[in-house]
Amino acid sequence: MVRVKLEHLTKRFGKVVAVNDLNLEIKDGEFMALLGPSGCGKTTTMLMIAGIYKPTKGHVYFNDVCVDDLPPKDRNVGMVFQSYALYPHMKVFDNIAFPLKLKKLPKDEIREKVKKVADFLEIGHLLDRKPAQLSGGQMQRVALARALVKEPDIFLMDEPLSNLDAKLRVVMRAEIKRLQKRLGITTIYVTHDQVEAMTMADRIAVLREGILQQCAVPDELYLKPRNMFVGGFIGSPPMNFLDCSLVEENHEHYLDLGVFKLWIPPDIADLIMKNASGSELVFGIRPEDLKVTLTLPPEAKEAGQKSKIQAIRSEIYVLEPLGKDVIINTKLGDTLVKVVAPPTIRPSVGETIWLNFDLDKMHVFDKKTELAVI
Amino acid sequence: MRTAEGYRKLIWKAKIRWLIGNIIVYSIVCIPLVPIILMYGWLIAQAFSGVCISSLIPQKLTLDNFYFLTGPIYWGGTPLYKSYWPLVRNTLLLALGTTGLVVAITSLAGYAISRFEFKGRDPLLKSVVVVHSIPGVLFLIALMYVLNTIGLYGKGFLTLLSVIIIKAGLESPMYTWMLKGFFDSVPWELEWAALVDGCSRFAAWRKVVMPLIFPGIAAVSIFAFLSGWGEYLLVLTYITDRKWYTLSLALSELTYQFKHVDYGMLAAFSLLYLLPAMVFFLLTQKYLMTMRIVAYKG
Repeated sequence: MVRVKLEHLTKRFGKVVAVNDLNLEIKDGEFMALLGPSGCGKTTTMLMIAGIYKPTKGHVYFNDVCVDDLPPKDRNVGMVFQSYALYPHMKVFDNIAFPLKLKKLPKDEIREKVKKVADFLEIGHLLDRKPAQLSGGQMQRVALARALVKEPDIFLMDEPLSNLDAKLRVVMRAEIKRLQKRLGITTIYVTHDQVEAMTMADRIAVLREGILQQCAVPDELYLKPRNMFVGGFIGSPPMNFLDCSLVEENHEHYLDLGVFKLWIPPDIADLIMKNASGSELVFGIRPEDLKVTLTLPPEAKEAGQKSKIQAIRSEIYVLEPLGKDVIINTKLGDTLVKVVAPPTIRPSVGETIWLNFDLDKMHVFDKKTELAVI
Repeated sequence: MRTAEGYRKLIWKAKIRWLIGNIIVYSIVCIPLVPIILMYGWLIAQAFSGVCISSLIPQKLTLDNFYFLTGPIYWGGTPLYKSYWPLVRNTLLLALGTTGLVVAITSLAGYAISRFEFKGRDPLLKSVVVVHSIPGVLFLIALMYVLNTIGLYGKGFLTLLSVIIIKAGLESPMYTWMLKGFFDSVPWELEWAALVDGCSRFAAWRKVVMPLIFPGIAAVSIFAFLSGWGEYLLVLTYITDRKWYTLSLALSELTYQFKHVDYGMLAAFSLLYLLPAMVFFLLTQKYLMTMRIVAYKG
């Protein structure tokens, strides 16, 4: 079992910097997700951990030993690729047995190990087929079997679920998580799907353009995003962002969002003034943290008044019914704001509703640095 | 709005247009076929005819023209070659030797150019086209000097080996480029999987990549074999010992008769000479088609 440490890891391809000064520690037996949009450097990072790419700068440590010069075949990593990379000219049995054959194990031992892994992943009946004769889900299990059969110290997975249909993806997510918990192998999982990362990982490292944005447990990423990118990337539908600025009127502080003003308590105002670089800010609120009511509820006051919950009136623009919720789109000024409401509220397009802002749930970011200021 | 009658008329017109189009195309395609059929037809007919014929119909059907398979080959009365079979051996040696050498060089070189980044990679690729357009004939005299200096000229078997090396050298750039195209089509992830599974770079090339390149290797082998089988100029220039002549050289000597041309024997000889080439082409047309397409993409 292995701890992985990435120290000032940088990878350059000509002029393009794919990974920029990445520092990350993955604990023994941990399931770490590398999350980010396409081209953010997560696959490159993983290939450097596997030994396929050599870092331009920085080091990779396995259990505090620098493995930069260790070739992939000696690193004892099991890897599952996005396209599965099964050897098309070999049968499933030979695909899974390949790593063991290379280790020159006796034939009987190979057969026994392959059978054990195949049965564990429920593909024992497919051993005589060729990859071209398998479905997507079956190919993925064969890829998993090939990675597991050599009992690796580290498990690397590069978007293994992205080629599966939605239903199978949900099933396999749970299966892989259960597998990892049972085997206890240190796992690094690359994905661009934040739902996958949130549901499967112990910790998530969010990457953007080669730079680490935040590394934390899923709840912390959701409740306390370090910057606008993380705030907008985690959570579906994504966080609503509204430009605003901090103003002071009659010794009270307000966030001026253009169309309306929100009163904020003095301690929060002090925090904003301390951390912000200028006066331009961005107000963030998650769709599920906004409440929709048909009338002004008793605990709320109209926006601009001293209250924890402030509400404004807004016209419904578009409705997106999902069955278990409905996403209400309203326009605040020029910005489209999404709200997730329970299905019990059934407004119609054009109707005016009260949008309730809970100050406990708000996020404020610096517009220039995009960092969270509270 | 079209009526049923209107549709029927249009369909009829389209059918006629298609028929006439096909007739025109096939007629045009058949025109170059005519001389080819005439040539091969005459060859086959003459090979089995007892007398010299000038039509496609064999006269005096006989197998006598194939006498050279079991005895010395006569040239206007004198036995020019003691036996047919050494000629076949030498030609096979040349063809198979070229193929083996070419496949060995180009499979490794094509992989290296496809997978590795090194200084001068792009100029190297571009120069392949330039080098290939230079006819090998230009190098004949220069190579003669080289062989002589090394001491490989006029040394029988060694000279034949030199011809093999020269042929492989002249043709490898083009075949390397063809194979590079094939190597490019193998996804990186397959090799990465092999590396992670425990292969060294060479083992990954041998066990994972090469089996997938098989159609490309097959195509290159076929081209190299046929090129070696039909090689004339290099053999003519460098091989002086009659014991090491190839079929092409022997054929050219035998046609050089001025009083009594034995057309029957010549036709039979030529027929047997072109048979392997024809068989190969017929069996491997599909491979060659895919190869051409991939090569142009690369």
